[in-house]
Amino acid sequence: MAEQLAQRAWVRLVKPIDGVLLLLTLALMAVGLTTVHSATADNSSRLLAQAMNMSVGLAVMWAVAQLPPQKLMRFAVPLYLAGVVLLILVFFVGIKVNGARRWLSLGFTRIQPSEILKIAVPLMLAWYFHKHEATLKARHYAVACLLLLVPFVLIAKQPDLGTAILVGAAGFYVIFLGGLPWKVIVGLLAAGAAAAPFAWTMLHDYQRKRILTLIDPSSDPLGAGYHIIQATIAIGSGGSFGKGWLEGTQTHLEFIPERHTDFIFAVYAEERGLLGNAVLLLLYLLLIGRGLMIAANASTFFARVLAGSITLSLFTYVFVNVGMVSGILPVVGVPLPYMSYGGTALVTLSVGVGILMSIQTHRMLVRQ
Amino acid sequence: MLGRHSRLDAPDRELERFRFRVGLAGFAVFVAFALLAARLFHLQVVQHDYYSTRAEDNRISLVPIVPNRGVILDRQGTVLARNYSAFTLEITPSRVEDLEATIDGLSKVIEVLPKDRKRFRRLLEESKTFESLPIRTRLSEEEVARFAANRYLFPGVEVKARLFRHYPEGAVGAHAIGYISRINKRDLEIIEESEQTNNYKGTDHIGKSGLEQKYEFQLHGETGYEQVEIDAGGRAVRSLSRTPPVPGNNLSLTLDIRLQEIAEKAFGDRRGALVAIEPATGGILALVSTPTFDPNLFVDGIRSDDWDQLNNSPDKPLLNRALNGAYPPGSTFKPFMALAALETGKRTPGQAISDPGVFNFGGHQFRDDKKGGHGLVDMHKSIVVSCDTYYYLLANDMGIDAIARFMGQIGFGQRTGVDIEGESPGVLPSPEWKKRRFRRPEQQKWFAGETISIGIGQGYNSYTPIQLAQATATIANNGIMYRPHLVKYITDSRTGEKTMIEPEPLRILPWKRQNIEVIKKAMVGVNISGTSARAFAGAGYTSAGKTGTSQVFSLKGAEYKESRVKKELRDHALFIAYAPAEAPTIALAVLVENGGFGAQAAAPIARMVFDYYLLGKLPKGAAREENVEGD
Repeated sequence: MAEQLAQRAWVRLVKPIDGVLLLLTLALMAVGLTTVHSATADNSSRLLAQAMNMSVGLAVMWAVAQLPPQKLMRFAVPLYLAGVVLLILVFFVGIKVNGARRWLSLGFTRIQPSEILKIAVPLMLAWYFHKHEATLKARHYAVACLLLLVPFVLIAKQPDLGTAILVGAAGFYVIFLGGLPWKVIVGLLAAGAAAAPFAWTMLHDYQRKRILTLIDPSSDPLGAGYHIIQATIAIGSGGSFGKGWLEGTQTHLEFIPERHTDFIFAVYAEERGLLGNAVLLLLYLLLIGRGLMIAANASTFFARVLAGSITLSLFTYVFVNVGMVSGILPVVGVPLPYMSYGGTALVTLSVGVGILMSIQTHRMLVRQ
Repeated sequence: MLGRHSRLDAPDRELERFRFRVGLAGFAVFVAFALLAARLFHLQVVQHDYYSTRAEDNRISLVPIVPNRGVILDRQGTVLARNYSAFTLEITPSRVEDLEATIDGLSKVIEVLPKDRKRFRRLLEESKTFESLPIRTRLSEEEVARFAANRYLFPGVEVKARLFRHYPEGAVGAHAIGYISRINKRDLEIIEESEQTNNYKGTDHIGKSGLEQKYEFQLHGETGYEQVEIDAGGRAVRSLSRTPPVPGNNLSLTLDIRLQEIAEKAFGDRRGALVAIEPATGGILALVSTPTFDPNLFVDGIRSDDWDQLNNSPDKPLLNRALNGAYPPGSTFKPFMALAALETGKRTPGQAISDPGVFNFGGHQFRDDKKGGHGLVDMHKSIVVSCDTYYYLLANDMGIDAIARFMGQIGFGQRTGVDIEGESPGVLPSPEWKKRRFRRPEQQKWFAGETISIGIGQGYNSYTPIQLAQATATIANNGIMYRPHLVKYITDSRTGEKTMIEPEPLRILPWKRQNIEVIKKAMVGVNISGTSARAFAGAGYTSAGKTGTSQVFSLKGAEYKESRVKKELRDHALFIAYAPAEAPTIALAVLVENGGFGAQAAAPIARMVFDYYLLGKLPKGAAREENVEGD
């Protein structure tokens, strides 16, 4: 009896975990933690804090994995509405830091509502498509676009282009995987290309400058170009095998800016070289591959598009961040999953991976 | 059946479409990662060398280590210029946002006087872009400690230990020794032209005048370097390697600073110059130009009131009269004229004239000092009593070309080549010189009447005291002419090896010995029974001399009465001499600006110099004061 109880508890607690995702997550966290250690050699409390963040992340991931997709679906509308309301609140009463209004004060702490939308938008859109699965028509796509556009504009206006792009991408992936007709996609691309000059005029000065410095970093070597120049020097000087852990001169002599957050990839690339980069990119590729596999095998429409969107969002984080640090994309504030220091991003990421696990492990139950 | 089939079919088609799109997305992911991998390969393999160099350049900074400047010693080994270490409070203007506020804040911690602010502002105007500039020098230990405690309040401000130049003898010999001061833009150009730019990184002082300037590259030494690892903020993290600096070489002079001091004091508050030379080597024993100045004022950047005082004084203390003042030699020219007469055969020693006290030429009267003349005058007497008429006639007989040719040989009107920059050539008058000097044709013509006053050292004649001293030494040395020089030897700081500045005969003039003896004998006579007999009465050695008085302006026939003429228009007093007469070890020229008669004003100065140099006798009432100036 007791044995049976223990076994049922075990099944209850462990069954929802996907072994492959867990292994990849732990591997990436290990790499991330050693890199944070190197990047914050001057401040050991950061290493401990990041270990705590990761523990919290693992717990959140486990907790989310327990929830079957049907239950997740129930969160879609309230989470989305709450997120949008909070964004509107930010718009009016948010705290302004460095010219951007991104935070809401809760008295004891501050929250960044845009972070919620990274999960809430794909969840909402997946739920919406799932509801109209059998009768998807043009107007449904239009409504979906509207549901995406509202938070996107609110976030972009803060301004926080990085998060807006990630939220927009997450929503777009749902719409794309949901079966948006190709003619519309092609049409949108054409319209987007045509609108680019107008979009340029809509950008803030600092955003335009970032794009211009990407094209020629040396035009502003001590200003906006400094980040790109120092990061590429760090990566390039790392060579094939790197300078060795804790041996990166660009890192430890503090030439790399934001080295424990957005630019942590430069720290890693300097110390681990091309070989280390190959390992890291492979880990990400496996994680993304596993996510896409889960999406392909998911049993409901909701689960499929949600898993696909979350996985492709993860890819977007990696691509935008590494592209930015290595100097092929403009500088936008996007953290590198499992590597960059910071609790909020880790929690959001863990919710996403938890959802993937839930979708994978509850598949059979649904089929049965 | 069909309907059910289609209802089952639709999700399958939908699933297929979904899987196709996921596959497509997977492909896009793969392509994107390939792109990232290619970029990383490009950076880390293809461009690895380039970025490695960039990273090293970031990391390593070469910090210059300024060498100790060589010291300057006089011929007895007395220190004339040395270095000492002191703390300075320095501001790097490029790292300070509000300079005034920073200085105001500093003045609450450490005393900053208005003069310090003024000097700082002056330095700021002249400074190179990124250097740090002193707001206070010579901090006490207590001030250093007080600043250290408040340091965090003042980013861009630091205490530095620096070497300072100190001239222990103060104003004595300042014109010869010169001074160093902060490098300005013109100095930078000179450094660049000399290809010394690398060696002067970190150096902020340079020789500006005198020996400090002339021997700058000997005194400076070689800058050392320390390779330090720096962080992004430019702070040194650790030292990687060090190349020590090589100190500058030391100069040992021919100058005798005690003799120099006695000579300077002998001038009192009169303006003038004195050059004393060792005839057998050309080594300068004393190089006086009065008034003088304290070179220590220049070392940390001269205060503007000190500068104004030096620069605007009518006495022009910064002018080196010994090298840059050009004066008519007056009667001190006569021995050289007499020698020229003998060498060119225009006169014999015994040939005598009857002096009526006046010489008429072309309707113009050239007068002698003595009314009624000196009677029968031969060459010896002409020098001893300084008879003008004898030389009016002689000059007329010789003609300007012969005079100019002879005087040019003894160095008149040419730079002597002394080892100090900026020497003036003076003027050796000749028809050619006049053609070059004047533009209008009527001015370019040489008049025979102009030759007459040349004979007594007036007219266009204009020579520097050092030329006069060199010419005197050449007579004392029987026609062997040396280049006057101040540095006896240079000591290599590394090996201790001494490089002698070899006495360098410029010319050996083919004068007949008996001719020289005639002149020498007459000059001895001057000091025994002639114009300077009183000044040399009772000297314990034999000496030879010649007095001179040169007109500052022409009185046009009116009688010259010293008391009636404004001081600035009074005649210059001159005296040339050497001693001991039989084997000269010192030859000199003295000039006292507006001093009146050479015998009265200039000859006693020469006597004091000779007394000390030959007998070690100090002038009366001028017992040497011990130098008590502190560091």
